[in-house]
Amino acid sequence: MSQIEKKYWRSLEELAETEEFRKFVDDEFPNRKPDWNDPQSRRRFLTLMGASAMLAGASSCVVQPKETIVPYVRQPEDFIPGVPLFYATAMTQQGVATGVLVESHLGRPTKIEGNPRHPASLGATDHFTQASILELYDPDRSQTVRRNGYISTWGDFVNAFARQRDLAALKRGAGLRILTGSISSPTLVAQMQEFFAANPEAKWHQWEPCGRHNVLAGSVAAFGKPYNTIYRFDQANVIVSLDADFLCAGMPGGVRYARDYAERRRKAAEDANAKPPRLYVAEGTPSITGGMAEHRFRMRTGEVEAFAASLESGAGEARISAIVKDLQANRGASIVIAGEHQPPRVHAIAHAMNAALGNIGKTVIYTDTVEYAPVDQVASLGELVRDMNSGAVETLVMIGVNPVYDAPADFAFLDALKKVPWRAHVGLWVDETGEWCHWHVPEAHYLESWSDGRAYDGTISLVQPLIAPIYGGKTAHEIFNVLLMRGDQTAYQTVRAYWQKQHPASDFEDFWRTSLHEGVVENTAYRETTPPQAKVPPAPAAAGSGLEVVFRPDPAIGDGRYSNNGWLQEMPKPQNKMTWDNAVWISPASARKYKVEEGSIVEITSNGRKIRGPVWVMPGQADESITVHLGFGRTRAGRVGNGVGFNAYPLRASNAMWTAQAQGFEQKGMLGPIREYAQAGGYKFATTQHTQTMEERDPFRAGTFAEYHSDPRFARPEETIVPDGHSLFPLWEYKQHKWGMSIDLTACVGCQACVVACVAENNIPVVGKEQVSLGRYMHWIRVDRYYSGPLDDPKAINFQPVPCMHCENALCELVCPVAATVHSNEGLNEMVYNRCVGTRYCSNNCPYKVRRFNFLLYSDWYTESLYGVRNPDVTVRSRGVMEKCSYCVQRINRVKIEADKADRPIQDGEILTACQQACPTQAIVFGDLNDPNSRVAKLKKQPRDYGLLEDLDTRPRTTYLARLTNPNPDLEKA
Amino acid sequence: MADERDNSALMDSAVDPGPDKVIGSGFDMGSATDKIAGVVYRPFLKTPKQMFIGFAVAFALVNLFLVAVTFLFYKGVGVWGIVIPIAWGFAIVNFVWWIGIGHAGTLISAILLLLKQDWRTSINRFSEAMTLFAVACAGMFPILHLGRPWLAYWLLPYPNQMWLWPQPRSPLIWDVFAVSTYATVSFIFWFTGLIPDFATMRDKRPNTVAGRIYGMLAMGWRGSARHWARYQKTYLLLAGLSTPLVVSVHSVVSFDFSVAILPGWHTTIFPPYFVAGAIYSGFAMVLSLAIPVRRWYHLEDLITMRHIEAMSKVMLGTGLIVAYGYAMEAFMAWYSVGTYERYAFYNRIFPQRGTYWWAYWLLILSNILIPQLLWSKRVRLNILAVFAISIVVNIGMWLERFVIVVTSLTRDFVPSSWGMYYPTFWDWATYFGTIGVFLALMFLFIRGIPAISIFETREVLHHEVAPSHAGD
Repeated sequence: MSQIEKKYWRSLEELAETEEFRKFVDDEFPNRKPDWNDPQSRRRFLTLMGASAMLAGASSCVVQPKETIVPYVRQPEDFIPGVPLFYATAMTQQGVATGVLVESHLGRPTKIEGNPRHPASLGATDHFTQASILELYDPDRSQTVRRNGYISTWGDFVNAFARQRDLAALKRGAGLRILTGSISSPTLVAQMQEFFAANPEAKWHQWEPCGRHNVLAGSVAAFGKPYNTIYRFDQANVIVSLDADFLCAGMPGGVRYARDYAERRRKAAEDANAKPPRLYVAEGTPSITGGMAEHRFRMRTGEVEAFAASLESGAGEARISAIVKDLQANRGASIVIAGEHQPPRVHAIAHAMNAALGNIGKTVIYTDTVEYAPVDQVASLGELVRDMNSGAVETLVMIGVNPVYDAPADFAFLDALKKVPWRAHVGLWVDETGEWCHWHVPEAHYLESWSDGRAYDGTISLVQPLIAPIYGGKTAHEIFNVLLMRGDQTAYQTVRAYWQKQHPASDFEDFWRTSLHEGVVENTAYRETTPPQAKVPPAPAAAGSGLEVVFRPDPAIGDGRYSNNGWLQEMPKPQNKMTWDNAVWISPASARKYKVEEGSIVEITSNGRKIRGPVWVMPGQADESITVHLGFGRTRAGRVGNGVGFNAYPLRASNAMWTAQAQGFEQKGMLGPIREYAQAGGYKFATTQHTQTMEERDPFRAGTFAEYHSDPRFARPEETIVPDGHSLFPLWEYKQHKWGMSIDLTACVGCQACVVACVAENNIPVVGKEQVSLGRYMHWIRVDRYYSGPLDDPKAINFQPVPCMHCENALCELVCPVAATVHSNEGLNEMVYNRCVGTRYCSNNCPYKVRRFNFLLYSDWYTESLYGVRNPDVTVRSRGVMEKCSYCVQRINRVKIEADKADRPIQDGEILTACQQACPTQAIVFGDLNDPNSRVAKLKKQPRDYGLLEDLDTRPRTTYLARLTNPNPDLEKA
Repeated sequence: MADERDNSALMDSAVDPGPDKVIGSGFDMGSATDKIAGVVYRPFLKTPKQMFIGFAVAFALVNLFLVAVTFLFYKGVGVWGIVIPIAWGFAIVNFVWWIGIGHAGTLISAILLLLKQDWRTSINRFSEAMTLFAVACAGMFPILHLGRPWLAYWLLPYPNQMWLWPQPRSPLIWDVFAVSTYATVSFIFWFTGLIPDFATMRDKRPNTVAGRIYGMLAMGWRGSARHWARYQKTYLLLAGLSTPLVVSVHSVVSFDFSVAILPGWHTTIFPPYFVAGAIYSGFAMVLSLAIPVRRWYHLEDLITMRHIEAMSKVMLGTGLIVAYGYAMEAFMAWYSVGTYERYAFYNRIFPQRGTYWWAYWLLILSNILIPQLLWSKRVRLNILAVFAISIVVNIGMWLERFVIVVTSLTRDFVPSSWGMYYPTFWDWATYFGTIGVFLALMFLFIRGIPAISIFETREVLHHEVAPSHAGD
């Protein structure tokens, strides 16, 4: 290093001969693919071709280097083929980390589970985390450094980047800009601090298209400085959500919140003395949290603020006074939570109300912010755009962001970007932004990276790689190392060095190993702080009353960063079971008013900007309010995400990030210039559920806590029970195990994590939009959604996960002509793929319709990178065979074998099915019914246990616990 | 036999003797034989041009079938419109429809033989051939519809090293036995009936290639009294053997549905109702084929209005049994008070509930209402009307299977899984392809094998027309 510094001022050209450059020549040459359009590389190729030909001739005279291959005579410890290892690491979403455990087969990560020791996970995950393993193996990931679109090398990039760095360093960093998402990694923060201290004129900009901008602004408005709010939903009797989707995947701590919330309900169901919680939700766009509410108040998103204000003042209509009364009766045990997308004033009101209700320190905890240096990101990006336009930006490095696609439309980011003379993009894909940069560097996936990050409560997790970067990807640490002139230092060294500094004690090695092993760094959660008295800013001018446009990240693919993920694209969105599309959500009443129907193509105009999209009529959507989801209409996402849905970002302006006024809303014939949908009947969506109601049946049973405690058997009326002696044949006696499952509908929030977890565990193929629209999706577990009450304003949205019931009297087994589906002596209804000839009779005879058929060759047998993601314990099915939920038989057998080897009985809870393990609310419980002390056996003894279609005498092994709610009697009367 | 006689007048004209006679006047043993054999031994270019056109159309459809099947095997059954929950579609509809059509043949040849119905004679050979070809078409569908058709033999109980046998509780296994037995017995019956006629054909042109082939097929038949005595016994025995098959095959096919728990399938009335429906559609198909052939080959004096009228009456009768089946389904839906059963029925009939109500009402129109015209003797004797009704019944019976198979599957127990079925081009191509296969085989049969039983026609003549020839 010192050598470089000495040489530094003599000539920039000499910098090319840095160690990085030498290293590249030595190490990376073999991977180089010469590009014939690049005269430089062609020449170099020919030179080396000649040289190697010469050497080949010479090799006969040269002693070959001795390279010994060594078989595993002594196998490395813990490295047993067929036995997976689990490593703790953490996945960061929008800067906030969640601890995960990753299953690895012989060095190949295959499945992600939550880390039970991590406070944000407690063993569960959301669907984004589940699907992130597919991202690792995405064949469309960027695989090489690119310069002006041509293949280049990391060494070349470092060279060029170092030159820019040095040019900027001459001006104390002026002209050098870094754009990243939110950051919580302590190591990266330290690196940045070091760099910006040395280059004070250089600037760091932050941009998360769907970040928590308003949460921050709300905290600043109320307290004058940003605070992080943590909620204790397990302590709250009354929760008022002001458009807050806190059960939603993607919200920091969302998985934990869902667990806390469900735990509380479960307790109230099991114990008549426990006080059941109550949830009020005021919202305009149906969310899963709204679906769980006892009372959902449908209102335009823009009206939530007025609703919040009248809650705070306590004056207003009957429903306001009822809620206020309820809140005041539960002082210190209530929560008022404002939605991430609500304006800052709503947040300030929520802070003030929580303070007034004495909730602070009990159900609402304030801490320092998780993200480093939280700023108004819209302003931050705006500043960057202004400077780019003014020519003040000479070097721009964008790490893990895609602003060309997702920046507010009025910034005209691309036009500004083109004015930057040197721009580089570090990303997992060569996306819309990477396409417009001089340099592109493949980013390392988090499963390939060393790093660290903070959870929603400040807990730090170390991120350790499960696999060496498949495409030579680099982390942000390595980029900053180049800036810090430590280009030779790897991410591992950087992270370790940082922690060594933090923990200089002699037991560092122990600390390091323990932290890696546990997945959390001990005692790093933030301490509670007490913010000052919350101030509520004055009410703004009354919001317009016309049609509003609400922007939301998509429930399945987020803000667009997951659009090339087939599992997420094919995941039915909880609210409307739609896959592979976004839509313009509109309420049935508004649809009638504006004379549009499902599939109509509409053009929305807001402040002179226009987008077109197809209409989806959404029960529960507020009238005069339309919702569009961001994240679709990508053009450089990859083979999965390109051209799926329509892009709503062009309508989104920096001054109306979440809600805008629509000046125009009219029906058009076509979607846009790229794709035409002039077909009759409008745009065709691919949904997995077409019937919205239960049609005079009762697959989903619900009651109130009060009803339940007075009539415990309400969910299982006498006439649905078929007595044991019904059949001529005696019941089979299960001598060893008798597997069963219980699904608690009181706990299930309908988040779909189980669906994606099942896809990941069981090698379930992605079939694509066309096949889904036919009804050929392959999910082994589905989450049925039924509305109750009027379709315009449903009283409740009910979610019911449906895996295979593993019926005792399985109808499918009866009709299979070749005995390809049979009952095991442990009660599993097994599917023998090898024997299946594909008559599909079993599916016809399955009253639950949980069987899935490979109508075509759905499994991708040809994309090699996808081989990696497959679970080696589960057969990859071919065309023409039936498949269905197996209760994760591979997991059962793995535990059975282990127990057998140790000559011990299987412990309850030792076998977790994939859906159960992922479930944030732990609504799914699997176990042995022969063990009277197992959790599942106890749950099934609860009086609210009922079997789906039990009256058919199928004797299902998967049974349900009826949903219990706690409506406010004052509101019920009204 | 005097085959040198100029019989062009005989070949090119015929007068229908009316609804009382099973054979036209003016036939003697020789002329009857000549007329029937003449259909086959007529010079190639003298084949009626309708036969050429008809065969060309059928052959084009055969090619369509081959293309459809090739594509199907290449891509998988996903090229059809079947989905979850409607996992059975056109393939099973067509299977049941073709099997049903086959039923007329066995009924005519076996049961009517035992009941000594003289009017069966002119049409039995024809309808037996129809049975065989229909069963061939039907038999292809269960194999084509498999997800992995190359493993179809796993449905057969063959010894193997894994000791894996078919699963005997599945109605599909019963199907395999029922249909294969049916096909075998039908073929033997048909072939046995042909032996004396093959001998006749051999004797007419003993030294030609055709004659030699017929000779081989005749298996040494000499027409001796001993031959005839044995022959009669065999034929009766086979008729007895086939009789239960008339009832059993379609009963077993109906078990595919009635054994399942699906509302709309799970019905005890299915076996008799399916058998009646099968005979109904079978007779409709015989009429649809016999009426044009009789005209093209001028066979009005052999297939007389008596035949047409008798078949019309059978159609009317079985149609009424089918109507009773429909009525019982409706009654049971109401009487059972079963949520699912009742919903399945409403789903079939009410436009506001289901999407396939039109199929149900169309089938009521074509299977119940329109055939009631056959009560009128005037309609029964109007050849065009009978032909039209027979076509309507064929379509109606196809719709009936569509309503049963598809409509029931669209909406069963759990509303979240309800779906819709949209047949694709390949569904239609396969269906029309098998119609092509069937017609092409029929055309070849008419051209190559005596389509009317010669020896039985002679027997009829012997009994009714020319008693003086007794002892010939």
